[in-house]
Parts: sequence; C-alpha cells; structure tokens
Amino acid sequence: MSDSDILSAGPVPEPADSKAIASLHFDPTAPLLDVQELRVDFHTHEGVAHAVNGVSFTLEAGRTLGILGESGCGKSVTAQAIMGILDSPPARVVGGRVLLSGVDLLTLNEDDRRQVRANRIGMVFQDALSALNPVFKVGWQLGELFRKRLGYSRTQARHEAVRLLDLVGIPAAAQRVDDYPHQFSGGMRQRVMIAMALALDPDVIIADEPTTALDVTVQAQIMKLLADLQAERNMGLILITHDIGVVADVADDICVMYAGREVEKADVYSIYDKPAHPYTQALLESIPRVDMKGKQLASIQGLPPNLTQMPPGCAFHPRCRFARQRCRDDTPPLYTVSPGRLSACHFFQEVLDT
Amino acid sequence: MSEVVLAAADVRKYFPITAGVFKRTVGQVQAVDGVSLELYEGETLGIVGESGCGKSTLARVLMGLIPATSGSIRLEGEELVGMKPARLRQIRRDVQIIFQDPYSSLDPRMTVGNIIGEPFEIHTEVAPKGDRRRRVEELLEVVGLSPEHINRYPHQFSGGQRQRIGIARALALRPKVIICDEPVSALDISVQAQVVNLLENLQDEFGLSYIFVAHDLSVVRHISDRVAVMYLGKLMELGTEDQIYERPMHPYTQALLSAVPVPDPRLRGRREQIVLTGDLPSAADPPSGCRFRTRCWKAQDICAEQEPVLEVRAHGDHPSACHFAEVKVVTRATH
Repeated sequence: MSDSDILSAGPVPEPADSKAIASLHFDPTAPLLDVQELRVDFHTHEGVAHAVNGVSFTLEAGRTLGILGESGCGKSVTAQAIMGILDSPPARVVGGRVLLSGVDLLTLNEDDRRQVRANRIGMVFQDALSALNPVFKVGWQLGELFRKRLGYSRTQARHEAVRLLDLVGIPAAAQRVDDYPHQFSGGMRQRVMIAMALALDPDVIIADEPTTALDVTVQAQIMKLLADLQAERNMGLILITHDIGVVADVADDICVMYAGREVEKADVYSIYDKPAHPYTQALLESIPRVDMKGKQLASIQGLPPNLTQMPPGCAFHPRCRFARQRCRDDTPPLYTVSPGRLSACHFFQEVLDT
Repeated sequence: MSEVVLAAADVRKYFPITAGVFKRTVGQVQAVDGVSLELYEGETLGIVGESGCGKSTLARVLMGLIPATSGSIRLEGEELVGMKPARLRQIRRDVQIIFQDPYSSLDPRMTVGNIIGEPFEIHTEVAPKGDRRRRVEELLEVVGLSPEHINRYPHQFSGGQRQRIGIARALALRPKVIICDEPVSALDISVQAQVVNLLENLQDEFGLSYIFVAHDLSVVRHISDRVAVMYLGKLMELGTEDQIYERPMHPYTQALLSAVPVPDPRLRGRREQIVLTGDLPSAADPPSGCRFRTRCWKAQDICAEQEPVLEVRAHGDHPSACHFAEVKVVTRATH
C-alpha cells in the first residue's frame, strides 16, 4: 500500500471518545497520579520479600518525577504495580492506594483496569526487543490498540500507525510500518515503544529504564524525544533509572529508593546540591569526577540487603557511615527537611552539614 | 617513557558473511579495519565507542583470542599473528582478560576454587600441585573476598563479587597485560566504584598494563592514562585522557562527550549538546572515505572521496582522523 492509498482511506474518527470509561469518574481537580503507601510482597521459597515497602509520591501534569535506585530497590515493581501488570503470584499488592485523578486503580476490576492502561497510562519498557512481538509487523502491533480499543478498521489503524511512527521520528514511516521489530535498530525500536505508549494519548507515561540498553548518542536522541513529547502534550512522566546523570538532565523531582523504601525525596536542584540522606550522598560521591582523577573513588561498602531478611531499624545502616545505635533500633520515618523535601534518616541534619 | 608491552600495527579483522548451502562468502564485516596502537608498561589505555564499533573484537584480537585477518601484534617484541598454537598458549600467560558479564563468564558448576585455580591446570609450571590451594586463597584475599569462600559456587555471590572472582582468575598467572572488556558496565554504581578501585590498586601492586574497553566515558576517564576513540572499526582519535576530554579534535569524539549526561542539574540547558542523527552504519558496507561522514555535521565532498588518516593535525597536539579537525570543548558549560 502506498502513501496515497493510506491517505485516501477516508476520515479517521477522533480518538477523543477513547477517554470515556463509563463506570469511572475521574476528577480533573485531583492530583494526576497520587501513590499512597504502596506495598508489594513477593512470596518466594526463602520467605516473603518486601519488594515495595510503603512508597508514596504525587505526580502532576507536565512534571517529570525521577525514581532513582540500584537493582533490586523496588523501582520497577512500583511501576508495574501502578500499571497493574505485576505477575501475581508471586507478587501481591498488600497495601496502599494508587489514585489516578482521584480513582483508586487498585480497587478496579480487570476490565476497567485494562481500559485505564494505554488510555490513561502508557509505559515504555527497557528492552524493546523483548517487549515487542517478533512475529508481527510493527505497524500491526501499533494498530492493534486502535482496532481493539477504538474499533478502527484495519486501514484506519494502519493509517494511525504510520502517523505515530512519523511522530516519533522514524524516517520513511509509511514503508517501515511493514517491517518486523528485528529490522529496526535499538534506538528505532525504542521509538516504536514510545509510539505505542503514546498511541491513545495518555495522561501519564511511565518509562522504566528507557535508555539503559542504548548507546549515549542514541540515549540523547531518545531522551530529547520523550522530553519534547511530554512538553507538547503536558503529560506527567515517571522516569525510572539507575543513571544519576540522566535524571539530573530531565527530572523536576527525584525520589531515591533503597531496599523497597523511599529514602529521600526532593526537587532535583536541592538533591544534587546537598543530599539529605547518606545513601544519596554516597551515590553521588561514587560517580567518577574529573577532580577525583588519580584518587580512589568513594564507594559504598557492602551490598544491598536481602529483601527476605531485612536488617532491623534503618535498612541502610549496615553500609552507612553515620550509623549508630538508634539506626539499628528505630526505623526512621520520612522526616521533613524543608517544605517539599523528605529524608528517611534520623541524622539528616548531620548529613546536610557534611 | 616506559617500554612498549603490546604493539599493534594495521590490525584488521574481517568476519565473512556466508550464504547458501556451500557457505559461499558473499561479503565481509569489517569489524576492525587497520588499527595501530601501543600499550606501555604500567599504563591504562581506554578504548571507547558505541556498540558495534569493534572495540570488543579489537580487545580479543589483541590477545590472540580471535586470529587477526592481517596486521601485526607484538607482545614484548614477539609477533602473535601467525604464531604456532603451542607457543601462543604459553604466551597467553602474559595476557589475560576480564569479561563483561559476571554471570555468564563463570562456569556455574565449578567451585570458586576450581575457577580461579583452572589457569594453574593449564600452566602447570606456575604453581606446583600442592601449592595451588594456597595460591587460590591468596588470590581471593587480594581481590577482597574471604578465603573461606573457596568451596562456594558462583550463584552464591552477588554481581560485584563475581566480577572479583573473574579478576582473581585473570590475576592467577601474574600476567603483564589484562584486557578489561566492559568490566563494570553490568554493575550498580556503588559496586562499580568498588571494582574500579580494586583494579587501580592491583595495577599499582603488580605493575599491570590495562586495555580498558568500555562505553561509559566517565569511568574510562577516571581509570585511563590514554584513550582511543573507535568508530566502525577504525580509530578516530587517540590521546591522553586530558587531550581527549578537554581538547577533543574529532567531531565524533565531541558528539560522544556532549551526549554523556552530567550529574549536575544546574548545567541543564547550559551545555552544548550535539545530538547525532541516525544510527551506526553497517560494518559490512561502511561509507566511503570517512566512516563517520554520514552522521557528521561537518561533512563535505572530500570526506566521501578521501579517507582521513589518523595523524596529528594543525592546531592539535594528538592524532585525529578528520579532515576538518578542530578543538571544541564540550564537557563544560558554554554560558
């Protein structure tokens, strides 16, 4: 099919009615996404692992929240719990609320939940090669959303797929719509993933390590694309990453996670200027810097705890340079450091002063 | 200046592309195409580039793990290309490798003691049989693991600890050169720093020379004395760490450096970012002339016709392979 065939396929229905989910009443005045005390457990042979242990954050339209943490800290599980795509069993959401414009997603039935996915929340996964189906053409996979959700005809859906591929900057979109995922490069596949997340014009995009598998030059392209699209459509963006550099470049707010908990939350400028939690401080110090050339890198001794056998008190205390008896006995709450700024450390003032 | 340990001259590695029942060669992937470099005693030479640029192939060719198609590789003056396999095996004592993935590079069915001790089985002259266990325990201690862990299996260790096991295995034969192929890229930041520190300490202690292949430019800068920038099988620029990062001459180096996110939000929008368009061309059918010209903003007709050689250019103090090489600072704020 040529370009002109697609264009002559007739008027395409407006996707505006896609938002209407009959039984749900979204409140436009409520925060866009409000996660409260989310808890997720995994039942394993070694016992119950508390992968997410009371995580709370709010995301407003047009803002970018960076969730930063090392592997196993619960950042991806948080994202999957919001999307409702956790494998359960073994995972189980055991507490908390996920409010999307005032509607608690965790209480919805599976049909309503499916309507929320893609219509209201889109997700970009890390590994585009395994997230796309290798045996279907890219255009068919993109068009599926339009066929299944909006009842478009094949021709209309294909037309939409071409429009989206063009939107995310894939050259010769009308030809490439018939290619299979393996015929695209890593960066192009990630663009297809972004196109898919954007297809039904969601309010929130969750990007789980969207550039981790890419080279720096391609990473720069993809981050720019995400930022441009977000600004254009005034979406809320959750960027999950372990890369301290990437979040510094794009996030408005940062939430640092360790062993299933948030340990620090602040706007991006204050957190990089003066971290208020020893873990954040140590992370920032362990990046190689020019003025540290020839010296030892600061490293965090030891390893993150096993989630089935969490240390008592603060989970970070075995690796912390500020640790003392109180850290072993009491789990620190999220102290307010200054308005809008939280730290889960008994001695945050001391950390700030160093 | 200290002595040259490893010298490569015009090294090429082409992989054939075969088709049909008779495996007819229909083309060649020019993974490494005419690379010359020298590694000095006690230094770290970083090799950076995007995936598919041939940096890992180069690393493996340099230690004779993959035979070179042509060119010359000399280890302390002795030619490795075309060497008899028996002699190559002996000489490998002096060049060891640390792999990227600490999960697939250790045999899950061998104990840590057997993994680290395996080099002694092949090079029996290094340690007499009765002495091996003690040597392995020593090595474990050197890399910061407990000697009591000698009977454990790899799955009982974390990623960072496994990488330490890989380092211990590479150290076992007291090599002169260690090739580090993305040794920290699979690790979390906090653990990455531990392993980088360990590698630096070992270098001082044993006088090792490293070839450090990585795509993370800040780690390479931290550990390297000199840096080679590679693109599609060729070296684009070669210089000291300071020359490459503070005074890059080649447009590709500049684009690469400017794309690295800086962990400082205050520099947001105040740094010039060169966003390259397009992807890496295929190494089976590289562009004529300069290989970077298809993505280069400086490209002109001459770039397609004439291949720029790696040489010291006007206004430069180190070799770069660009007709229009010019210093451009990209790592700092511009305004």
